[in-house]
Amino acid sequence: MTEAKRDILGFLLFAAAVLIAPFFFADSYILNVLVFVGINTLLAVALNLLLGFAGQISLGHAAFFGLGAYISGVMTAAHSFDPWLAMLIAAVSTGVAAFIIGFPILKLKGHYLAMATLGFGIIVYIVFNETVDLTGGPSGLPGIPNLSLGEFSFDNDIKNFYLIWAFTLLAMRISLNLYRSRIGRALRAIHDSEVAARVAGVNVKNLKVQIFTMSAVISALAGSLYAHTMTFISPASFGFNFSVELVTMVIIGGLGSVYGSFMGAAILTLLPEFLRIFHDYDIIVYGLLLILIIMFMPGGLAGGFRTALERLSRSRKQGAD
Amino acid sequence: MEAFGEIFQYILSGFSTGAIYALIGFGFAVIYNSTGIINFAQGEFVMLGGLATIFFINMNFPLPVSVIFAIATATLTGVVFERLAIRPLKNATPLNLVLITIGASILIRGGAMLMWGKDTHVLPSFSGSDPIYIADATILPQHLWIFSITVLIIAASRMFFNRSITGKAMRACAYNREAAGLVGIDVKKMVLFSFIISSAIGSLAGIIIAPLTMSSYDVGVMLGLKGFCAAIIGGMSNGAGTVIGGLLLGILESLGAGFISASYKDAIAFIILLLILFFRPEGIFRKDETERV
Repeated sequence: MTEAKRDILGFLLFAAAVLIAPFFFADSYILNVLVFVGINTLLAVALNLLLGFAGQISLGHAAFFGLGAYISGVMTAAHSFDPWLAMLIAAVSTGVAAFIIGFPILKLKGHYLAMATLGFGIIVYIVFNETVDLTGGPSGLPGIPNLSLGEFSFDNDIKNFYLIWAFTLLAMRISLNLYRSRIGRALRAIHDSEVAARVAGVNVKNLKVQIFTMSAVISALAGSLYAHTMTFISPASFGFNFSVELVTMVIIGGLGSVYGSFMGAAILTLLPEFLRIFHDYDIIVYGLLLILIIMFMPGGLAGGFRTALERLSRSRKQGAD
Repeated sequence: MEAFGEIFQYILSGFSTGAIYALIGFGFAVIYNSTGIINFAQGEFVMLGGLATIFFINMNFPLPVSVIFAIATATLTGVVFERLAIRPLKNATPLNLVLITIGASILIRGGAMLMWGKDTHVLPSFSGSDPIYIADATILPQHLWIFSITVLIIAASRMFFNRSITGKAMRACAYNREAAGLVGIDVKKMVLFSFIISSAIGSLAGIIIAPLTMSSYDVGVMLGLKGFCAAIIGGMSNGAGTVIGGLLLGILESLGAGFISASYKDAIAFIILLLILFFRPEGIFRKDETERV
């Protein structure tokens, strides 16, 4: 089987597993958690384009998620725009913002890039909190309508599950295609060495800004979906902690791996649910797990999985000899 | 005249918060220069300093003893963190190191939350709170404590880094870790020292600012990030750059809060940071070396 075929087959199996998942988890609580796994996967896949493919860190990605959510929320709740139109405007304007700040920000490297994106994220977060007339401030913005197609309204978990996972699967498929394309190879070249990429004729500056913009647009879409699913948003969901959580999802899953981003998102979404048994100790267990996973699985789950497979096949070969 | 008095007042109060940012930024720079790690847990040492002092005072220890105990608590935390999470890692990527320090900060914050709860605590001023009048402006005795302790710390560390053998060895590690190792400097020990110095200074910063602000388990995040801003403005130097960076940040923030908008006070610090990163990414004082990868 060729690699391309295996890629398609793998994706179809994954998509099928997602589509039938609701039949096994009829419990509404679990279904609700799975809706969030979908949104977080979409966000992790978006960040993975930037962090995993191009190797550029962002500690402010929650800001793009928040921009999408707030633009959608304010336009539909306060000014009764059509939700789909609002979603489009949210995605486009967030993309334009990312494009404009992308040029100065992506000139920076390493810790300086981390700090600049972090600063951007915090500024946006403060704006969400302080523009009370527009966003409702810290107490949040209620009354955001559900998305709907004609008479059909996405008003419960099962409908939202399919709506959100349709977007998520599409983003995953685009990422997988991008990874194998000329652009994907150029991005990975930037990840390994910017100088070498530039020497090989890659327009490093433009490509970095483009992937940053694309990542921001997908994050904004996730934000709009989140706003219309929850029908209520508040700044607390879009702060520095969530930016860190997104980076953690991508790294725990494995840099550059699209399915890894799903695993990272799934684990970090489900973890707090399991950690409830620790009551007040959950934050400590969370911090501890974060440290331990990175210490003992620096390549993330996808990396660990690959090494395990390689070891297995090697020992099998040795057995055959 | 009145406007002048107002400006003078803002500059004075900006000076004291700026001094705190400088101390925290100093802690960042010490660890960064000896290890290349940006320690996101730095703010938690600041938080530990304030909360632990209050804790020991509530156990009826006198203030000086409580301060020493609190610094010891934070320093011990720093040492344990270095030993357990930083030293075992050999070839970790900078990204993973950043996440490990973030994990540690979550852990320390969680520990503090369990220990002292989510409430805010108040540390009484070191020597009363009768305002002192200077020209048209007033300052509190605590501000004088902050100024003098900051000057003392900066002077002491200058002496340490320029005069003592250990300080010189740490600077050698900052220039080139491998070369430092080759001439017989115990690099690992220097890394441990840098964590000790950094957590001690960070906690002291937290202690002297605590009477002016409230202390709770989550104050470290913002203070740590602002200290980081100060260090970056100063070009991540162990010396004067970070001090001036901190003061500049404190004063601009205070003026911005006063004349533009108090609710955007925190945003102002980060806008300054972005402007500096965009136009002078090497810090405002560094001349050579345009890019640090």
